[in-house]
Amino acid sequence: MILPKMILKNAFRRKVRTLLTILATAVAILAFGLLRTVITTWYGAAETTAADRLVTRNSVSLIFPLPLSYYEKIRHVEGVREVTYGSWFGGFYISEKNFFANFAMEPESYLNLYREFLIPEDQKQDFLRDRRGALVGVGLMERFGWDLGDTVTLKGTIYPGDWPLVIRAVYRGRTPNVDETQFVFHWEYLNETLKDTAPARANEVGFYILGIRDPSRAAEVAREVDAMFENSPAETLTETEKAFVMGFISMSEAIITVIQAVSLVIIVIILAVVANTMAMTTRERTGEYAVLKTLGFSGFQITVLIMGEALVITCLGALLGILLTYPAAYGFKEALKQFFPLFNVDPMTVVLDLGVAVLVGAAAAVIPARQAVSIRIAEGLRRMG
Amino acid sequence: MGDAIVQIRNVSKAYRRGDIPVPVLTDLSFDIAQGEFLSIMGPSGSGKSTLLNLIAGIDSVDSGSIIVGGEDITTLSETELADWRAGNVGFIFQFYNLIPVLTAFENVELPLHLTGLSKAERREHVEAALGMVNLTTRMDHYPGQLSGGEQQRVAIARAVVIDPVILVADEPTGDLDRRSAGDVLDLMDRLNTEIGKTIIMVTHDPHAAERAHLVRHLEKGEFGT
Repeated sequence: MILPKMILKNAFRRKVRTLLTILATAVAILAFGLLRTVITTWYGAAETTAADRLVTRNSVSLIFPLPLSYYEKIRHVEGVREVTYGSWFGGFYISEKNFFANFAMEPESYLNLYREFLIPEDQKQDFLRDRRGALVGVGLMERFGWDLGDTVTLKGTIYPGDWPLVIRAVYRGRTPNVDETQFVFHWEYLNETLKDTAPARANEVGFYILGIRDPSRAAEVAREVDAMFENSPAETLTETEKAFVMGFISMSEAIITVIQAVSLVIIVIILAVVANTMAMTTRERTGEYAVLKTLGFSGFQITVLIMGEALVITCLGALLGILLTYPAAYGFKEALKQFFPLFNVDPMTVVLDLGVAVLVGAAAAVIPARQAVSIRIAEGLRRMG
Repeated sequence: MGDAIVQIRNVSKAYRRGDIPVPVLTDLSFDIAQGEFLSIMGPSGSGKSTLLNLIAGIDSVDSGSIIVGGEDITTLSETELADWRAGNVGFIFQFYNLIPVLTAFENVELPLHLTGLSKAERREHVEAALGMVNLTTRMDHYPGQLSGGEQQRVAIARAVVIDPVILVADEPTGDLDRRSAGDVLDLMDRLNTEIGKTIIMVTHDPHAAERAHLVRHLEKGEFGT
């Protein structure tokens, strides 16, 4: 059919204008894609959670601890197969700008529950044996240029002082969405030190993580755990790991809302740019559309011609924008890896990019197409002369 | 001459200038015979282009009827009119009105895309039409690469390629030099005498008009003697 050929030829009749419009669309799609990636990264932590894991914390706030004595009680709740515990350590390496997630955990039960960490068996045994040993994600190792066996001194904030730890094991994620920038060491090492330096804070944990046999009984198990500690000095709140992580994310809801609003503004900007181009194009070609109508082409075919041209421009812009998103996301990740260790472009973002391009292309052509179709042939022919 | 191919009955048409209706054609009635080469002359604003547009089905009457090839086109909807034009009317415009991004071949082929012809059949028709206007060697050229006379000949090939019932020409020589205008008029004359095409031409140019077999003068929406 002649229409696809005309669409392509028309799209590049004004090369500079078309290329500038494609470039503007590409930049907007790039910005849209990066903002979407920030959002998906934010929510990505919730996606890596397991359905068969629950988190028990102090019902007042996460910053209040729970007694270690809860461990045995929780372990014997019907449906619980494994329990681990630990505390958010909140230390940094050399200076505060070197921020990364670091936890003191009971190591054996933790590794039993977190099968998504792939660790060579010999390293795993070395880590379990050494009370000052640390398990470090490969991403963090690369960031600081550490090697296995290196001693790394964390400076405590919640637990003041210098904490020298020896890297005994390095993990990789079983799937690409596993955070490879965590730092884990023995909770026992933390607790033994606290017994000497701050005895009032010893034998307390920040949270328990429960592995359950049947994820469909998660609510029931959570209720049973919380019921055990009702009216105690440290009441608990037990929820799925996903709900726990989402609780953190919801604290940043305002930022996410702003990012989403900016994404919408970007869509409106692309719409305005493409609509302007299409309006100019259609005005210039009113006479040609009148000729086509004279020859018997229908209003629908004229609409296809105009909408097709808009879609060619927006889709080419989107493809260029998507191609640019990957290196830009890599640069973003390298620059801000302490905040976004998993800054990967989600396939759904690419689908959304293309969806936005199609939507904007179609919307930008609606008014010009309507004008071209509704103009009287005789009037259109006059404009051609 | 044959029977009437176009029958115009009591046609009136007015345009509005603001709230004021300006009559262009008033209760006009006449016939155009099959195989006729009719030239309509008249001063600017006499309504000759409006009449041509009405006969070609690209404008609508206020009252009256226009029957072309037995079909009352004043009763057709916009979509039906588009289909009717595609199969029955060949257009020749003053400024050629070729699509600049298409080659001469593609411009001539354009109306054939609305028919059910295969690619091979379309090629055959287009080559025949371009052969008739003596432009087969320039079929891959774009309009911008052709002279005014050549462009008008491509436009004539585009008009005849569908084998229309009538050919309408609005000032077909108005943008051409004398020699090219002569070539175009020769071509139209051949289409009329050799193939028997009914041609209705609107022109200001007395030289062009005298090539027609019948000349009618339109003044203030009515035919003079």
